[in-house]
Amino acid sequence: MAALMIEHVLAQAEKDEAEKLKLISVDKELELQFDLGNLLAIDPNPADVKAFRQQNREVFLRSLARDNTQLLINQLWTLPTQRVEEAVVATLPDPSTRLPREKPIPKPRAPTRWEEFAKLKGIKKKKKTNLVWDEVSKEWRRRWGYKRANDNTKDWLIEVPATADPNEDQFSKRVKAKKERVAKNELNRLRNLARADKGKIPGVGLTPTEQPSRDDLGKAMHVAKRSTASAGRFQDKLPKEKEPKNMGKKRKFQPLLGDFGAEKNKQLEILKVMDSKKPKLDVNKAVNRQMREEDAEASAKRKKPFKKGGRGKQGGKKGKGRGPVRGGKGQGGKRRK
Amino acid sequence: MSALDKVVKPKTRRSKRFLEQRGPKLYENDKSTMLIKGGNASNTVTQALKDLYALKKPSCVLYNRKNMTRPFEDQTSVEFFSKKSDCSLFVFGSHNKKRPNNLIFGRLYDFHVLDMVELGMEKYVSLKDFKNCKCPEGTKPLLIFAGDAFEMNEDYRRLKSLFIDFFRGPTVSGIRLAGLEHMLHFTAVDGKIYMRSYKVLMKKSGCRTPRIELEEMGPSFDFVMRRTHLASDDLYKLSMKRPKAVQAKKKKNISHDTFGTKYGRIHMQKQDLGKLQTRKVKALKKRPAEKKAAEGEGETNKRRKSN
Repeated sequence: MAALMIEHVLAQAEKDEAEKLKLISVDKELELQFDLGNLLAIDPNPADVKAFRQQNREVFLRSLARDNTQLLINQLWTLPTQRVEEAVVATLPDPSTRLPREKPIPKPRAPTRWEEFAKLKGIKKKKKTNLVWDEVSKEWRRRWGYKRANDNTKDWLIEVPATADPNEDQFSKRVKAKKERVAKNELNRLRNLARADKGKIPGVGLTPTEQPSRDDLGKAMHVAKRSTASAGRFQDKLPKEKEPKNMGKKRKFQPLLGDFGAEKNKQLEILKVMDSKKPKLDVNKAVNRQMREEDAEASAKRKKPFKKGGRGKQGGKKGKGRGPVRGGKGQGGKRRK
Repeated sequence: MSALDKVVKPKTRRSKRFLEQRGPKLYENDKSTMLIKGGNASNTVTQALKDLYALKKPSCVLYNRKNMTRPFEDQTSVEFFSKKSDCSLFVFGSHNKKRPNNLIFGRLYDFHVLDMVELGMEKYVSLKDFKNCKCPEGTKPLLIFAGDAFEMNEDYRRLKSLFIDFFRGPTVSGIRLAGLEHMLHFTAVDGKIYMRSYKVLMKKSGCRTPRIELEEMGPSFDFVMRRTHLASDDLYKLSMKRPKAVQAKKKKNISHDTFGTKYGRIHMQKQDLGKLQTRKVKALKKRPAEKKAAEGEGETNKRRKSN
């Protein structure tokens, strides 16, 4: 009797369960594709055109939509959840549908002329400390910027050098020098941009100098000569005039039919480089590195005896400004010979 | 951004930040949309644009004035607008005798038109005309595409991708399950596309997953496809390119078999058997002289290292 009862109860429970599942289960011929990261479902089943035409359109669309939504919701409810401030939050996977980007992939900035040179020579950037000791105010100040240490724009007195013209204004001279440095820097920045863009880089041309050298004068003359409508084609030559150096090369081509042996060797050389697994030795770079290392060693040796000098009066203090730089260095990264 | 844009440097931190925000990025912002009203727009078209605005609201701009332009003939003005408002999705609404109640859906890549699809509204019911309560603004919708045309037809496939791009909203890592209130259903039957917008009602089903009932919320469109302007394969491929930094790196020396067991390959150096510790017997012990020699050698090595 009891066994029968149990069987009956179990059957009832199973029936209930099936009933419940019936509420939320939907049958489809082809399975839906889901992209839960975008809350997206794609139903590849062709819509029933016959039913669509016969039935009320809105009713048909709504029942189709309901079934699909139920399937999508069933999928979403299987995601892992967590409780955030009284709300149940499902963690979504990354979107799997690939969509076009809005803007192109960012390109790395092209190296500047200095960066290229530094790489060739093996020069590495050195980190400077942010704070330096200011002798005048007797405190640690920023190396650069507002309220900086050793600010030479705030000088109220400048000594006139013995060689300078006594009537010259030393203050305005400093300001002018600074402005020129800024202008030069800006010009170099623009040249770097043009170089990175593979554009034509305008030459710096002739910059005014106080005492032009012989080369400068020669260059100036040639620039003036070429500045005619016909690019200096019909200008007469002066007696004993020399062709300026570095005025551009004319391209030279090898003859079409010529030295077969040399050509063969050239091709073989290329194949050899391609075939070998080791990168080709850049002699220039290697030599540069070697020289650099030797230089560094020599300077390190020279500096060793004066280990206590260098930073001078600040040496004894242990403060916030003291960074990883060794004691032997003064200000700036300039190498002194 | 071309190199020319960098010639003039930003003067303030703020403008620099602004430019950086607009520039290309590894992980992109969510795309924003602009809705442009054409020179001649009927009441229906204007209302449709307003409704799309309501659906897309936080990341959307509505250009409400007349804009005498035809994107299929001349794309420059759309590109200009996109550059101005930093939007890469657009809808252009117009109405004329040849193409009544016209909506052009499109997207841009690098401020140039990628895809454009012209859809005619055959039937349109506005958001206002459904007298019921709506879901809150900025709700991320569930998107469902039904019909085999979305798989078979190239134009439809691209349109599907465009609609996903258009309506998916912000990319999020998690979502509140009770907040899934809005559903957009696109059905392709009989050569037409039916876009319906429903409010999702969750009913108790007895188990954890709720039973779903739908209530139409509007707007609803019956679209027919008119002209299309799809990106060439090259351009499309270029726009789909993913940056290397974003792609997951392949892990070396790890493999899985069919059962999902993880295998690792370990590289070992050859063991020096001369230094192996064996039984400790007095006979095998090193003599003091040997020990000293060994230590001395070790020290010189150390010194060399430190130099």
